[in-house]
Amino acid sequence: MFRRIWALVVKEFLALLKDKTSRMTLIIPPLFQLLIFSYAATFDLNQVNYAVFNQDPGIASRELLGYFKGSPAFKLADTMEHQEQIAPAINDQKVLMVLHIPQDFTRNMLEGRSGQLQVIIDGRNSNTAMVLFGYVNTIVTSFSTQWSQDHGWASPPAELKVRTWFNPNLESRWFIVPGIVGLLTLVVALVVTALSVAREREAGTFDQLLVTPLHPAEILIGKALPGIIIGLAEGSLIVFLTVNMFGVPMLGGLGALYLGMALFIISAVGLGLMISSIAVTQQQALLGAFLFLVPAVILSGFATPIANMPALVQKLTLLNPLRYFLVIVRTVFLEGAEMSLLLPLYWPMAVIGVVTMIIAGWLFRNRLY
Amino acid sequence: MAETANSQDPALVLEGVRKRFSGGGRDVIALDGVSASVKRGMVTGLIGPDAAGKTTLMRLVAGLLLPDEGQITALGLDVRRSPLEVQSSLGYMPQRFGLYEDLTVQENLDLYADLQNLPPGDRAERYEQLMKLTGLAPFTGRLAGALSGGMKQKLGLACSLVRPKDLLLLDEPTVGVDPLSRRELWDIVYNLVENHGVTVLLSTAYLDEAESCQEVILMHLGKLLDQGKPGKFTETMAGRSFMVTAPGMNKRQLQRKLGEAPPVLDALILGEGVRVVTNEAQEPTPADLGGQDDDLSIEAVPPRFEDSFVAMLREQGQEVATPSQPSEQQCAESCDGPVIEVENLKRRFGSFMAVDGISFVVEHGEVLGLLGANGAGKSTTFRMLCGLLPPSEGRLLVAGHNLRKAAAKARQRIGYMAQRFSLYANLSVKENLRFFARVYGLNIQRRKQRVQWALEEFELAELANATSGELPLGYKQRLALAAALMHEPEILFLDEPTSGVDPLARREFWRRINALAEQKVTVLVTTHFMEEAEYCDRVVIMDRGKVLAEGTPEAIKKAHRTEEDPTPTLEDAFIALIEQNKEIIQKEQAA
Amino acid sequence: MSRGLPGWRRLKGLIRKESYQIIRDPSSIAIAFVLPALLLFLFGYGVSLDAKNVPIALVVEQPSPATASLTGDFQDSKWFEPKHFNDIHSAQEALRHREVMGILWLRSNFTRELFSGGPAPIGLFLNGVDGNTARIVAGYVQGVWGKWLVRYAQSQGREVTLPVDVQQRIWFNPEVRSTNFLVPGLIAVIMTLIGALLTSMVVAREWERGTMEALLVTPVRLREILLGKLIPYFVLGMGGQILSVAMAVWLFEVPLRGSLWVLMGVSALFLLAALGMGLLISTVAHNQFVAGQLAIFTTFLPAFILSGFIFDIGSMPGWVQAITHVIAARYFVQVLQSVFLAGNVWPVILMNSVALVIMAMLFMGLVRLRSRKRLE
Repeated sequence: MFRRIWALVVKEFLALLKDKTSRMTLIIPPLFQLLIFSYAATFDLNQVNYAVFNQDPGIASRELLGYFKGSPAFKLADTMEHQEQIAPAINDQKVLMVLHIPQDFTRNMLEGRSGQLQVIIDGRNSNTAMVLFGYVNTIVTSFSTQWSQDHGWASPPAELKVRTWFNPNLESRWFIVPGIVGLLTLVVALVVTALSVAREREAGTFDQLLVTPLHPAEILIGKALPGIIIGLAEGSLIVFLTVNMFGVPMLGGLGALYLGMALFIISAVGLGLMISSIAVTQQQALLGAFLFLVPAVILSGFATPIANMPALVQKLTLLNPLRYFLVIVRTVFLEGAEMSLLLPLYWPMAVIGVVTMIIAGWLFRNRLY
Repeated sequence: MAETANSQDPALVLEGVRKRFSGGGRDVIALDGVSASVKRGMVTGLIGPDAAGKTTLMRLVAGLLLPDEGQITALGLDVRRSPLEVQSSLGYMPQRFGLYEDLTVQENLDLYADLQNLPPGDRAERYEQLMKLTGLAPFTGRLAGALSGGMKQKLGLACSLVRPKDLLLLDEPTVGVDPLSRRELWDIVYNLVENHGVTVLLSTAYLDEAESCQEVILMHLGKLLDQGKPGKFTETMAGRSFMVTAPGMNKRQLQRKLGEAPPVLDALILGEGVRVVTNEAQEPTPADLGGQDDDLSIEAVPPRFEDSFVAMLREQGQEVATPSQPSEQQCAESCDGPVIEVENLKRRFGSFMAVDGISFVVEHGEVLGLLGANGAGKSTTFRMLCGLLPPSEGRLLVAGHNLRKAAAKARQRIGYMAQRFSLYANLSVKENLRFFARVYGLNIQRRKQRVQWALEEFELAELANATSGELPLGYKQRLALAAALMHEPEILFLDEPTSGVDPLARREFWRRINALAEQKVTVLVTTHFMEEAEYCDRVVIMDRGKVLAEGTPEAIKKAHRTEEDPTPTLEDAFIALIEQNKEIIQKEQAA
Repeated sequence: MSRGLPGWRRLKGLIRKESYQIIRDPSSIAIAFVLPALLLFLFGYGVSLDAKNVPIALVVEQPSPATASLTGDFQDSKWFEPKHFNDIHSAQEALRHREVMGILWLRSNFTRELFSGGPAPIGLFLNGVDGNTARIVAGYVQGVWGKWLVRYAQSQGREVTLPVDVQQRIWFNPEVRSTNFLVPGLIAVIMTLIGALLTSMVVAREWERGTMEALLVTPVRLREILLGKLIPYFVLGMGGQILSVAMAVWLFEVPLRGSLWVLMGVSALFLLAALGMGLLISTVAHNQFVAGQLAIFTTFLPAFILSGFIFDIGSMPGWVQAITHVIAARYFVQVLQSVFLAGNVWPVILMNSVALVIMAMLFMGLVRLRSRKRLE
């Protein structure tokens, strides 16, 4: 039995790695994607163009604007003289934000009243707008605190002390890059398996396999193992780069991470094999993998929190293995989570893996022609 | 057709044409200095085994490839300089004609009429002509994908002829087409040549078709061997063909014995006897053939085109392997009794009955041929026997098991070779063999031994590390058979094993099957080469899911003896049977 | 067509053939209509960057009227779904298990400090793993807390004045609805998919099935073959575009402030670039598998990540920003978001249209250069 499975595993590896193009497809795109996506996929703002329309000649406005100039998140692109300049600058996307300080800003503040700061933000990308607004608030708050101290203003009766766990600087790269570990591992595991049965069916070799003494379970294991091994290898490479290239801290144990990764890859391979056994042609398999992949990524919490989704969609995400693995990766990396804490995340993936594999194995012999 | 002025010029002239392909790290010379010409108004056959360069030559003429050297003049036009003009005046039907399978017959015709600039006013008339020619009129509304293989070829022909052409290039138009449709295609071609003055260049690997050509061009490995009338080739073979029968002897043993005799160039089973071609034009004595006077009877027969072809290729150094001596045969259970039993087997696809209640048995050590036209239900029957497809009804047993339900162990005893090449194309020859040896559970020692055996026996040793997908068809098919034999099965299923393979490779293949049969391996084979059916002990002829006839090839031929045709070939008998069945069905439908 | 009638007839024949094939092949229809609808549904309904009903732990160690009024404000806020915990340890456990996104901790000395003039400390713990969400939640908490503070001070007869009063004006999308920017951006991703994936795969299919060889030997010109592919899929793509815009406007209620004609005009330009990309892929890949992979890798994923659809291009490192310039979707996303939310902003529309025209011409030119009416 082991001999037969071994034969299949060897054959699958040869088929995947012998051909130069297919070897390249397995290695180059994931690395390329890791690199580009890790730098590109971030919600953090950096060097955002803004303009200033300052009608106030006083020192308060000068000090406040100094805070903005000092922040790496912002880049002063334009200084305006008239109210009419604001609309075109924003409309034409020359700047994302205009700070408007009215004439009486310093006077008001010196007389103990609030100075008014008008922040005009381009809301076409509302998420960027919200993040931008958060940055502005933070800068203004630190300016205000300083001003209160310097000018002996009464302190407010209560004060909010914010402490952030696990990611004190709220770097979204720390959030996204471990997510990419999950994303790319899923893509690789799917690409390796989703076409494997369909390709053999198209080439007629699957019939040839079915007339050999191989049991469907043996075919299943023989098909699954290469996907699992390649997935683990690429996953490890990506984890290595995440820690050493992007400097994401790895607080948890490798054991907890690898148990999760193994279960995740098993479930992904199961899904891939199931798609592959349903499909008649490679085109259908590719389309099927794609139709699974897109919702699986969107509904995984990769970029947008699951908690924001409607209740029904949230229930749907329970079927998505990526959802569980993303939490595992992020908590192990950033929170140092223990294996025991992650148990509720391990078993759903194991269930998905087992169920999809059983369906795939059954379809090998019983799908209608 | 208005070119009467220069009708004496050849339709096509090739001068010193060379074409090489490089890729995958090696150079292949597809055409090596070929000069030939095709005369107007006749059918010229382009004959040669795999890798002879037939398709490359066709593509060069059609302007789809550019020659590296040499010149091609088609209909008086230089192909390199004015490809578009050449393309508008010649019709070309590629090997896999690109019909749009999701378009109907009519839509395909319309498309090619548009592409060929056939004015709308002329279409009705032309369509009518073409429909009459091809007999496709009742099917104009059907999707091209739903047509049978033969009808697809006819539609392909109609599409490339939608505008009348002076020169027609047909690349292996009859591959994978059953004998009935093949005859019809040839009728169409002759009709075109005789009644419409078309010049046809047709490539084929069927040698009996070469005899139907008015002139043939023989090619081998990119070189032109000879050109001339088919009769010219057969003449050189005069007095070298004989029919040998030995009443007391198994025809396979006789063939092997004759094949080893020194004066014999080629020995082939035909009916009850063996057809022999000798090296020299001299009648051999029984002693020459390694037998005694009384047990061999030798009779001179007229030469065939095939004889000269084989002789010519042998002179070119093509060796044919002789299979090793039969080894001890293993009989796992019993060596007697039926090995395969099929009773009232049915398979439905929707409302279509692909197999409609067939029954037959295969005895131990028998070679049974399953014959039928495209779509007769042969492959469906096969797939059910191998357990790949559940039957809708009926009983079937292979070595006492139903393979669909039986334990994996039962499948250990069968070997299966699918219709298309279905080994792993991107693995090397050796890797494929090793894989199948492992899958059949051979241990290391046995595996090494069997792989070595396969490489030697099938002369694949030199190609052991070649990628199997890139092998010529004949080699692929050898490899497929070798893989199916890695575990020395008792029962061998071969589904159209020789489709598209050239005659030499086909012969070699059958030599091996014969050797296996002598080792008491039971062989079930489907084919639509009627000459191959002659090799079988018994044949079952199927049509539209039903068994029409069953028996030895001799018996079936005998049943179809008529006054006009006292010595029908198996093909004649087959066609008669199919046509009878057609009439019966039409009467039933009318009733 | 320069040759007049016959060329036109050949082109018509090719277009008719392609249309029949599209109608009869379920996978073309699936890519053109089902996929866009599915993606739009998922994004429109399933995905939102706006946090609502954020679960937050409230730990009040010593209840008092003051703490009650603060927790009451959280209870009433539409942003939060507070859960009460008795001690900080169980709340921290809940944070670790992701049952809550943050903890608001009012210590036992809160009320006392508040009465004695403060400042009374309020602790806010956030799980920072998802930095973006954490930042948004912190903003919400600050908002609720700030309002409560002013009210509380007034009720105590005290004036609380912050030195700077920030007035935010978010233009074009004042209620900051993420659907409003996700859906237009998504249209660009979908159009990329229809254009490139479909075209590259159907051309590869012709090679695979041998129909291309049969086409090439007819008197058809190369440009006719290319146009014969381009025109039907252009029409199909515009169909997908109309469906997407209709869904955006009527189903997801994204305001369309600019002109529909401008939108369609720019969509047509973008579609030409996407189809050109698809045709270019098909000149490289003659089998469907490679073509599909190439299309996903070179068009779909970049359109997703590098187009500015979700992630702000301006914040990417310089070399990544440079790469985005060769992504056609980037220009289209800018126009879509502007035309939908801001109106006809001509400088944005014109500049990006010029870029799209250049890209379309570049791709088509490369296709024409690389194609031969031969097999090699």
